[in-house]
Amino acid sequence: MSASAARLASASSTTVNASRRTTQDAPWVRWTLTAVGLLFLTGFLALPLASVFAEAFRKGVAAYFQAFRDPDALAALRLTLLTTAIAVPANLVFGVCAAWAIAKFNFRGKSILITLIDLPFAVSPVIAGLIYVLIFGLQGWFPPAAQEAFFAPAAGIVRNIADIPGLGWLFGGLADWLAAPKIIFAVPGIVLATIFVTFPFVARELIPLMQSQGNDEEYAAITLGASGWQTFWHITRPNIKWGLFYGIILCNARAMGEFGAVSVVSGHIRGETNTLPLHVEILYNEYQFVGAFAVASLLALLAIVTLILKSVVEWKFSKSTQTAGH
Amino acid sequence: MKTIALISASLALAVAAQAKDVELLNVSYDPTREFYVDYNAAFAKYWKAKTGDDVRVKQSHGGSGKQGRAVVDGLQADVVTLALANDVNALYRNGKLVPEDWQKRLPGNSAPYTSTIVFLVRGGNPLKIKDWDDLVKPGVSVITPNPKTSGGAQWNYLAAWEFARRKYGSEEAAKDFVAKLYKNVPVLDSGARGSTTTFVQRGVGDVFLSWENEAFLALKEFGRDKFDIIVPSVSILAEPTVAVVDKVVDKKGTRKVATAYLEYLYSDEGQDLAGKHFYRPSNPKFAAKYASQFVQVELFTIDEKFGGWINAHKIHFADGGTFDQIYLKK
Amino acid sequence: MSLFRRSSRSVLPGFGLTLGFTLLYLSLIVLIPISAAFIRTSGMTWSGFVEAVTAPRVMASYKISFGASFAAAFINAVFGLVVAWVLTRYTFPGKKVVDALVDLPFALPTAVAGIALTAIYSKNGWVGQWFEPHGIKIAYAEPGVFIALVFIGLPFVVRTLQPIIEDLEPELEEASATLGATRWQTLRKVIFPQLVPPLITGFALAFARALGEYGSVVFISGNMPMRTEITPLLIVTKLEQYDYAGATAIASVLLVASFVLLLIINLLQKWSRRYNNV
Repeated sequence: MSASAARLASASSTTVNASRRTTQDAPWVRWTLTAVGLLFLTGFLALPLASVFAEAFRKGVAAYFQAFRDPDALAALRLTLLTTAIAVPANLVFGVCAAWAIAKFNFRGKSILITLIDLPFAVSPVIAGLIYVLIFGLQGWFPPAAQEAFFAPAAGIVRNIADIPGLGWLFGGLADWLAAPKIIFAVPGIVLATIFVTFPFVARELIPLMQSQGNDEEYAAITLGASGWQTFWHITRPNIKWGLFYGIILCNARAMGEFGAVSVVSGHIRGETNTLPLHVEILYNEYQFVGAFAVASLLALLAIVTLILKSVVEWKFSKSTQTAGH
Repeated sequence: MKTIALISASLALAVAAQAKDVELLNVSYDPTREFYVDYNAAFAKYWKAKTGDDVRVKQSHGGSGKQGRAVVDGLQADVVTLALANDVNALYRNGKLVPEDWQKRLPGNSAPYTSTIVFLVRGGNPLKIKDWDDLVKPGVSVITPNPKTSGGAQWNYLAAWEFARRKYGSEEAAKDFVAKLYKNVPVLDSGARGSTTTFVQRGVGDVFLSWENEAFLALKEFGRDKFDIIVPSVSILAEPTVAVVDKVVDKKGTRKVATAYLEYLYSDEGQDLAGKHFYRPSNPKFAAKYASQFVQVELFTIDEKFGGWINAHKIHFADGGTFDQIYLKK
Repeated sequence: MSLFRRSSRSVLPGFGLTLGFTLLYLSLIVLIPISAAFIRTSGMTWSGFVEAVTAPRVMASYKISFGASFAAAFINAVFGLVVAWVLTRYTFPGKKVVDALVDLPFALPTAVAGIALTAIYSKNGWVGQWFEPHGIKIAYAEPGVFIALVFIGLPFVVRTLQPIIEDLEPELEEASATLGATRWQTLRKVIFPQLVPPLITGFALAFARALGEYGSVVFISGNMPMRTEITPLLIVTKLEQYDYAGATAIASVLLVASFVLLLIINLLQKWSRRYNNV
């Protein structure tokens, strides 16, 4: 890993423009700043990460992998992946729409809209979970009894569809859910809380990017007769590709790692409504420290791998555009 | 929204298809995990033999207060097995999920097993801790969870209070004593398990006020030579209470099996398992069987000394209660 | 209702559709839940509200929450600037890995971060064992809160600065150098002013995030009333007592603080765009 990274680094250093030399910092400044920066990152990032892995491997490799054989751990992994698979695309579609509306058009209230989109990001995770409990909970505005009444007509229709031979496997589950809807302390609540906490990530990456790029290319495309969708797909999308990718990665990482908000709406039913971060807490509370840190290391690993992947793809991309340009 | 519903529903279906017969959800507090894992298996066997039905009991654990609130907010618990009666009372006060007289429905105030509060000290008891008085000495560091968020911590607090009231003769003196005790507390974790980890893993503190069963479990998990259990001259009879959640079982149609699940706690097998997991069985026969593992200590109940949980909570733990006062006074 | 109305015509299509969807989704996921929760529990009188949010314990929690968040955001701003500069301007072996690592606090569950940091900084931990004998307590004291908040706020400053540093026009620096300015003068007079707006943005983001943080702090702070009890913990404490009104009252104070912060951030970004376009 470090060898390939070093190769990356040396490759990019050769591309440094010679004319930059006059604008470079003195070597001693470079060394000092690099040392200070790395020391800071070591203390606050590498050390916690190292301790996660040290604890995870304290009793050897076998004990480490043992943690992933537990059916509850696998159920938690499945739930985390399912939640992420719903939350990320939902926020992706939203992020693109919001960025298009905000960056490409002028309208009143834009600042407030941007601030509102950012809001979930600054709301304490505890409150993020709480608001859904206050709405969908037994004492809430839209309690289970009301949910049942609300979904009852749909439940009848879907049940009829599900009773058509050959469609049961597709609609049976939906009909069952509609007949006895569960939002809070079940998967939908967990998904909602996750969508909430990861809400701004894609939009936040895209809005400034699209604003800085301006509308000229899109104007040209529209004038030449392209449809709105064609313009977006062939003109805008390639321009925002990297911002989009980075937004997805952040959204994905946060969705998998969210603890506070999900903890409030989960109900902690083992093997059913526990996500990976909640499973870590359970293992830790059962004095299974190795297992807890093993699962935690899996989450960290997933994040690091996607981030390195992103760096590599990005670098390859910038190289290909460079050679094309020359 | 539709896809969410679809996926979750198919998930629910998949779960339902595996275990067709009966499913119960037992919402409990932190230190009971190990006990209920064993008990659920025993009950499933018993129920299968009796009725032929397969019963699968799902577990949910967490801080007692948090768990109670989850049920109030709609967590579909068939039964609750919580750390203190007050958290079950909350089910009555907020939404009438159980009747007001729920505690009379099962023997022994609905507490099938009891426990108490003991001291866990470092191996060899280097500070020679013997009784509550030793905890307020300067330089002794005491670990206990936050009574605001942990049920076990409320038992600790009341046990210390009653000791001082008895010894020094007044409520005022008791308050001073407890204030001095909490001056020696460097960490207030949010739950009992968090405190255990702080004391055992992080090596913080000289004395850990612990559930008796947790103290024994800590010895078992981390080594008998590392810690000693010290039993004070007087302590509180902690009664973790259990209840069927009427509104839920009536809706799900699980009243019969849920009631049987709790009643079986009082059976020979249930009592034996409780004793094995270091709870004090309520059945005299099993209390005698496990008597040798517990030190005999004078235990008082919350009803006789504090006028019941509702009262105790109002005076000591509600906002502005004595616990808040000792921190504001400085 | 002139809000959200387009103020000038544009040939680009999709304004109604995308803005409509944005507003709908925003309302469903964020606005309605938040406002509904607050309206529902606003059965409080004004004096009751004031009393709840100014109780001595709550005031003490603001002090530690705002104080530690501010300190952590400040440290992140200083070192984040260094890290962002190093990562964009210099090369060294393993840079990509370090760059990737910066996002770790987003991905690691906050509870795990809290447990790991507590293990490191408590008296038998890797770092704590060197400090505790000298009477310096890190875990279970104020420095612990600070360290946890530095950890979770770390990516914000670095990630807001990186693209700006990348986009700095080398011509400006070259011109400055050609005109005889020393490197230090160039840095101070030409480069740094351009970095101030994103620096403040990153600071404010880290600050806002730290204010609401719960999962990691409860493990390392020791939760001592009046000293290391953070405001989000008080919200949870109120909830455990079924005091929804009290909990949302305190929550609304945090929420308003965060909202004002975010508004400032966005105004700053607007200002910085204008600045950079000149």
